[in-house]
Amino acid sequence: MRILETEHLSRIFGGVVAVNDVNFQVEKGLVNGLIGPNGAGKTTLFNQITGMDKPTKGRIIFNDQDITGLPAWKISRLGIARTFQNIRLYKDLTVVENVMTGLHFTVGRDPFKGRFAQAFKSYFTAGSENKDVYLQAMEWLEFFSLEDSAQELAGSLPYGKQRELEIARALAAKPSLLFLDEPAAGMNPAETEHLMDTVNRIRDLGVTIVLIEHDMKLVMNICDQITVLSFGQKIAQGTPEEIKNDSTVIEAYLGAPDEEEE
Amino acid sequence: MTLPADLCLNEFNPYNGGTPVNTFTVYMQYIINGLTLGSIYALIALGYTMVYGILKFINFAHGDVLMVGAYIGLLTYQALLGDSTSASWMMLAFLIALVVSALLCALLGMFIERVAYKPLRNANRLAPLLSAIGVSFILSNGAAWVFGTQSRRFPYPFANNPISILGVTITPHQILIVIVAVVMMVALTFFVNRTRMGKAMRATSLDQGTSELMGINVNRVISLTFAIGSALAAVGGILASFDFRVYPSMGTMTGLKAFVAAVIGGIGNISGAMLGGVLLGILESVGAPLLHIPNAMKDTIAFAVLIIILLVKPDGILGKNEKEKV
Repeated sequence: MRILETEHLSRIFGGVVAVNDVNFQVEKGLVNGLIGPNGAGKTTLFNQITGMDKPTKGRIIFNDQDITGLPAWKISRLGIARTFQNIRLYKDLTVVENVMTGLHFTVGRDPFKGRFAQAFKSYFTAGSENKDVYLQAMEWLEFFSLEDSAQELAGSLPYGKQRELEIARALAAKPSLLFLDEPAAGMNPAETEHLMDTVNRIRDLGVTIVLIEHDMKLVMNICDQITVLSFGQKIAQGTPEEIKNDSTVIEAYLGAPDEEEE
Repeated sequence: MTLPADLCLNEFNPYNGGTPVNTFTVYMQYIINGLTLGSIYALIALGYTMVYGILKFINFAHGDVLMVGAYIGLLTYQALLGDSTSASWMMLAFLIALVVSALLCALLGMFIERVAYKPLRNANRLAPLLSAIGVSFILSNGAAWVFGTQSRRFPYPFANNPISILGVTITPHQILIVIVAVVMMVALTFFVNRTRMGKAMRATSLDQGTSELMGINVNRVISLTFAIGSALAAVGGILASFDFRVYPSMGTMTGLKAFVAAVIGGIGNISGAMLGGVLLGILESVGAPLLHIPNAMKDTIAFAVLIIILLVKPDGILGKNEKEKV
């Protein structure tokens, strides 16, 4: 079953076609990998889907709903969360506070009451609500074994932990679809090992994952399905086994064999 | 009441031609006056600081919004009052005028943001600043055109008979100013600290892009920030016009001083703006007689303080230092 797909999605910056007519499918409940050489348009595709940028052409369908061109905050509330290649935490907040911001829109919302009633109610429930949010945030930190650093400033955490904290915050918003942009970038082998385990545990929670990654070992190990982009176009899609043996993919990564020989 | 000798210097007396008076009382009087002035600065400074906190941009049209607020307040008050001299109706009419002016200025603030700043959000940092100066001219010249340049008196909504406490004179309008200012500031603090929207506002000031990913409608937060800032400015403008009268360029100096207050407290910091406002009011009021500065030069105090703060503690009193990353 598809949770998300793009139809003929294109994004053109001036004369550069960053994403070119891409039909990208994400299968529900799986770990979907998105790979490709540098500049292939992977992050641009993420930006289109998460509302950070508007596509030039094409449509994005999430759970049978057209979300093309919606602002990022609406897409976030629909249940799509993401992390960034360059980590974007609230550096001046503590670790637990960062996760609490992710919970911001999951509590105290009552779709049947008006905005003013909600605002009024929140005056009186702020105390208990905050406590509730705090406890939930701590649960997420335990999931990522970050509970010991809960009161430290997010900016002071080591790099690998900052990455995991960003994932924790994204998950706190209870997304059904999670985008990870190069989660293993800059991690040492031990941290990468830990990340692979974490990604598997997130999948077990029932969250669909899409990840951009350059670490082929990681991709081939944890992805159930892989899509390959090159120069903005989708050149292959399949299981890790299929991708490993796909001649177009090998060509895109290593250059055409006949060119190499000359 | 007897006072310690060092508080009874009797070195000068600004009120009755050199006859020695109790210096302590005189300075208490200055402090009370400064407190009143300071709470007005604080209300206006909040608008500068909130907008800066979220957009990192100084809204130079803020001072003129307070002028518009003062005019709306004055006209509403006069229209409501008519020929009535009933004391209770005067007070009620004043409070209604305060609310009407705050609401209309909130709309004006949102409108200015939508038209003059939002289209420039991704432009060069200088662009919205220039746009703000343009809006400032439009408002003050527009007011001169519509209302004329003649200054108008804002009548007291009650018999303003001074009360004397230990030789210090306090007028009811000073009490009114402080009460209204404190109520507004307490309400704002509650809003920012306890409501979801306040929380969203704080998150947005930390990181706009990330907040949007947390499901916060950043555009609405920005609109609301301008609405609240402008409403506070309108109230500040009305309170200021008791002492300064109402005229088209009244926002320039008051606005600039409130900006200085925001910087003193640490721009971007809400309690800093409140502290900076009150502090600046007192420094101005006490500083002139203490340093023997002629009254006409009183305004220089605010700017001298600004320079000192910028040299000594550029982040302001409550502003946090950018810590070196270890």
